[in-house]
Amino acid sequence: MYQITCPHCGPRAQTEFTYERTTDSVVDPASDAATAMQALFTRANPMGLDDEIWRHTYGCRAWMVLTRHRVTHEIHAVKAIGPEALP
Amino acid sequence: MKTPYSAFSLLRGALNGQKHWEPAWRDPEPRASYDVIIIGGGGHGLATAYYLAKVHGIRNVAVLEKSWIGGGNVGRNTTLVRSNYRLPQLHNFFEFGLKLWHNLSDDLNYNVMFSPRGAMFLGHNDGDMIKLAERGDAMRCDGIDAELLSPKQIAKIEPLLDLSRSARFPIDGALIQWRAGTARHDAVAWGYARAADALGVDIIQKCEVTGFVKDGNKITGVETTRGRILAGRTGICVAGHSGHVAGLAGLRLPIESQTLQALVTEGVKPMVQSVVMSQSLHFYVSQSDKGGIVMGGDPDNWPSYARRGQPTIKEHAIAQAVSVMPALSRLRMLRTWSGVTDMSFDGSPIIGPSPIDGLYLNAGWCYGGFKATPASGWTYAHTLATGKAHELNAPFSLERFMTGATIDETAVGPMPNHR
Repeated sequence: MYQITCPHCGPRAQTEFTYERTTDSVVDPASDAATAMQALFTRANPMGLDDEIWRHTYGCRAWMVLTRHRVTHEIHAVKAIGPEALP
Repeated sequence: MKTPYSAFSLLRGALNGQKHWEPAWRDPEPRASYDVIIIGGGGHGLATAYYLAKVHGIRNVAVLEKSWIGGGNVGRNTTLVRSNYRLPQLHNFFEFGLKLWHNLSDDLNYNVMFSPRGAMFLGHNDGDMIKLAERGDAMRCDGIDAELLSPKQIAKIEPLLDLSRSARFPIDGALIQWRAGTARHDAVAWGYARAADALGVDIIQKCEVTGFVKDGNKITGVETTRGRILAGRTGICVAGHSGHVAGLAGLRLPIESQTLQALVTEGVKPMVQSVVMSQSLHFYVSQSDKGGIVMGGDPDNWPSYARRGQPTIKEHAIAQAVSVMPALSRLRMLRTWSGVTDMSFDGSPIIGPSPIDGLYLNAGWCYGGFKATPASGWTYAHTLATGKAHELNAPFSLERFMTGATIDETAVGPMPNHR
């Protein structure tokens, strides 16, 4: 267990947050079927850094992008995002 | 040829101080090329190699393992074996495997300690009981055993369950599969490794695949930490690391890797007779042959390759298990561990050809790979030997995610972190 620094609330326990999906798997409504299916059904799933959309679900409920390492769990950056970035 | 394990060889060995034991498998240097390379020396990879040699006569096979045999998910699961799925594609596949499980110790000449002690899914309300009855009916239509139990019948099998109406999660009934049970997970890995090795398969440990050898759109071999090895066909069989290894070949899979945790208590006298699970709650519990109570629950619902999980997830599973079986609260936790699971986007596995020639996939087992070991090996061996899917794994193609023919037992949709 570790802490995530919410852009609005500051450092909070990870259990207050939920993971949604990676930024490259947000389906663009304007994309063609093959691209949309690729975003919806596949992931890069790297053993390294990925940009992930998380939500402070049991806190302020805001969405954010975490650049997080999948092996060390180290968080390199947290960026606030607005509702327009969501699927 | 190895000496078969038997009571006779044990007795004969007693006369010379048991000095006749040989290593269960060789430690060969990798050759320059093989007919088939299997990446991943877990239960599924070893079973695949064994059935390739035994059923299809293909013995020029290498199993490449980055660490050691039995160190991955085959040594990190909770050893449950069952085939009680509602969807026919799933229960027919797992039932084929369950039949292999019942004869596995004889087949491998290795005691895998398969114990068909029964696995029951608890129902806590009318909705649960309707779903369990529907699941049982679906199974029985395909000739698989399933029986609905009343609380009175449950009490005879598991007297320590809290069957009172004042329980936090009252128990209305259960669906039991009597032929389901547990097995010794390490013995499954070692048994398949020994049997495959005896048929000529090279098991190469400490050999990590770092890349693929490509000729146009065809994979013709692998680059490893022990040099380049060429192959006619290459099969990926690396469970939680499927996304990583497929990524080396340029593939993006419908898989996200998560941590799944389990724990075991100190050993006690027999108190849990069967495997008790609840899908409305999220826990399962059984008792190992050593007496420890083995428990597990939900995966940590975010991507990770770390093999360590959050204590809150364990706490959740333990709280639920204690609520239905209060006597468990008196036990002390002995060990906890985690594995990396390959969560697929419909909860079902992927076994079949990949979009790249010469490269095959066996992945997406979510939190249920151990029980599938024999069926997965059998069908993957068929696929690697013939280039085509066996009728049992034909529904589990990679294309199903693009055509919409997903096999979604829990009807969650393409959200691996919500399963």
